Amino acid sequence: MTKTLSGADVARQIGEQLPDAVTGSDETTVFVRSEAILDAARFLKEYLDFDYLVSISAIDFVDHFDVVYHLCSFKNNYSVVLRTRCDDRDSPSVPSVVSLWQGADLQEREVYDLMGISFDGHPNMKRIVLWEGYQGHPLRKDFILDVPGGGKAT
Amino acid sequence: MEIEKAYSLSDYDKREAAQIEALKAAAIEPYPDPVEWLEEEIKRNVLLTSTEHLIDLGKRFSVWPNTFFPACCAFEVISAAASRFDFSRFGMEVLRPSPRQADLMIIAGTVTWKLAPAMRRVYDQMAEPKWVIAMGACTISGGAFRGSYSVVPGINRIVPVDVYIPGCPPRPEGVINGFMTLHRKIAKDKLIKKD
Amino acid sequence: MTLETQPVVLNMGPQHPSTHGVFRMRVTFDGEVIVDFEPVFGYLHRGIEKLAEHKTYLQNMPYTDRLDYLASMSNNMAYAMAVEKLAGIEVPERAEYLRVIMAELMRLSSHLVGVGALFNDMGAFMTPFLYMYREREKILDLFDMVCGQRLTYNYMRFGGVSQDIPEEFMPTLRRFIDDMPRYIDEYDRLLAENEIVLARSKGVGILPAEKAINASVSGPVLRGSGVKWDIRKSNPYSIYDRFDFDIPTGTVGDVYDRYRVRVEEMRQSVRIVKQAMEQIPEGEVRTRVPTPLKPPPGEAYVSIEAPKGELGFYLVSDGSAKPYRFKIRAPSFINLTVLRDLVLGWKLADAIIIFGSIDICMGEVDR
Repeated sequence: MTKTLSGADVARQIGEQLPDAVTGSDETTVFVRSEAILDAARFLKEYLDFDYLVSISAIDFVDHFDVVYHLCSFKNNYSVVLRTRCDDRDSPSVPSVVSLWQGADLQEREVYDLMGISFDGHPNMKRIVLWEGYQGHPLRKDFILDVPGGGKAT
Repeated sequence: MEIEKAYSLSDYDKREAAQIEALKAAAIEPYPDPVEWLEEEIKRNVLLTSTEHLIDLGKRFSVWPNTFFPACCAFEVISAAASRFDFSRFGMEVLRPSPRQADLMIIAGTVTWKLAPAMRRVYDQMAEPKWVIAMGACTISGGAFRGSYSVVPGINRIVPVDVYIPGCPPRPEGVINGFMTLHRKIAKDKLIKKD
Repeated sequence: MTLETQPVVLNMGPQHPSTHGVFRMRVTFDGEVIVDFEPVFGYLHRGIEKLAEHKTYLQNMPYTDRLDYLASMSNNMAYAMAVEKLAGIEVPERAEYLRVIMAELMRLSSHLVGVGALFNDMGAFMTPFLYMYREREKILDLFDMVCGQRLTYNYMRFGGVSQDIPEEFMPTLRRFIDDMPRYIDEYDRLLAENEIVLARSKGVGILPAEKAINASVSGPVLRGSGVKWDIRKSNPYSIYDRFDFDIPTGTVGDVYDRYRVRVEEMRQSVRIVKQAMEQIPEGEVRTRVPTPLKPPPGEAYVSIEAPKGELGFYLVSDGSAKPYRFKIRAPSFINLTVLRDLVLGWKLADAIIIFGSIDICMGEVDR
């Protein structure tokens, strides 16, 4: 059974190495500052053996963005969730983890395309599912769709 | 390793994006459906000469489809082509990927704006006489994805359509019914048009 | 006299007979050898994640069918499990057994198409594909009996499945399961030791194990490289811990290993279905849930072992009847990360086979 590590434990371990990276924790999640995400991820990969990046997602809470990293360790069969917050609405950006896990490559491009969060350090930051020059980022809450049956939707 | 390319890929991307935007801006009104065969019902008393009849049989029973398979409906066309529902009984088992060698374009699956210029180019490359079948709800009106920012709300805005097959996805029997309707339509299409 | 050569860029797709859907590749050649490769997707991007935020949880169930349309039951199951975790709904025993039977039949059907399409690409034009389609039609008949649809089922509900199986299902399933091992052996007799298959696929497109783990690859591609990781064993969901089955792995990680892993997984699926058919109890098939379902605010991530890899749903709820964020962790999309590295240095025909062995479904890649 994959054990979900306690967020508080992992936060404490990260906090010992990187003193001001962690901003909080939950039962399953560790919250870090967005500038420190690469160092925290490197710590998790090297010291706690989190060698498998399961997925990167982004959520648009209307005043800020959250980027969520689900990580897993094959050797020890653990999992943990790393989460960071990005307050800039106009040109949000977060350091890229592609140098640690190659699996982040396409997923970060997709987050850039649909949410508009760009990842610093990514070798090929361009749109992936929509075409070049498309105006807007569809998954944001301020992108309005005309749904059938009338009405607009965010 | 640095490779010297003759042209840059990002220029290519920009050119294609301009094509997509141009097609999207031009595709406001749908093409009218080619329905002159319906008027032929009234002129039933026209006798076919035997040459026309033979040519007509040849055209009708050897339509070669072109494979243009974006999404799920594709697997119902493939099932219709496989051994259980076999559409080679109708002379159509020669599925040609190249549009230059095909007469019929079956569009089976959702078409997005990004794919639309490619679809129009494949249609333009087919030689006359050519027919188009729109299969599945997504090609008729956008289907389950109508209202989305990237789905074409009905492909009759991009190519003129001869037969629509409803369903999500339509069963292989439905696909074969669509082909038989197309054959009836082709039979009414006279070689020398008498106006 | 000196000759000057230049690399040429060839565009393949989006309409092409040997791609598994609308996938486009821009390949740069130096002579016949591939020196650069750029995949282009997005030709089937329908905006499911955005549309799902405007519909209730149950109205989103048909969208999940159309993700990996060759394995719709598995997608439905993953979504139903994610919502059940979010809302705290229990599933009755009989429904769990029915879900497992449907998911394993779905795995059989998806691998039949995957292996058949791989042989199509290798040059055995339609013969293996049509043979495997014969069995797939029998499985689709079983699904037709249960829920009336052949391709996109919409069968699972939150709290179970939508309706119970009719009486003729179990005898037909028993006849099918008793015959299936004989058919898998027939395919092996024809294909596994065939010279052309061995020459074209042994040693081609080797994916080493550390690279596979680093690139977040999952499913038969990961197991073909020798990594023994299957969510049904490492993190058992539903009732998979009650069944006895093995996890086939490859050794080298080439195209041949991935093909063998899929064939062995078909045999293991037959084993699981046999055990499930014997153990299935009587009872209800669905727990009553309120409609529209309003789960409490929170989030849930659930992943299952779909035929193509690890399929996960990450749902964020704000207490209303519509999801706030509906994120799909699509295995085919993430498996394509390694395609560029696998293909460089090979010729065009090998690139088609390597791509076929990853076995993707464009509905998932683009969503």
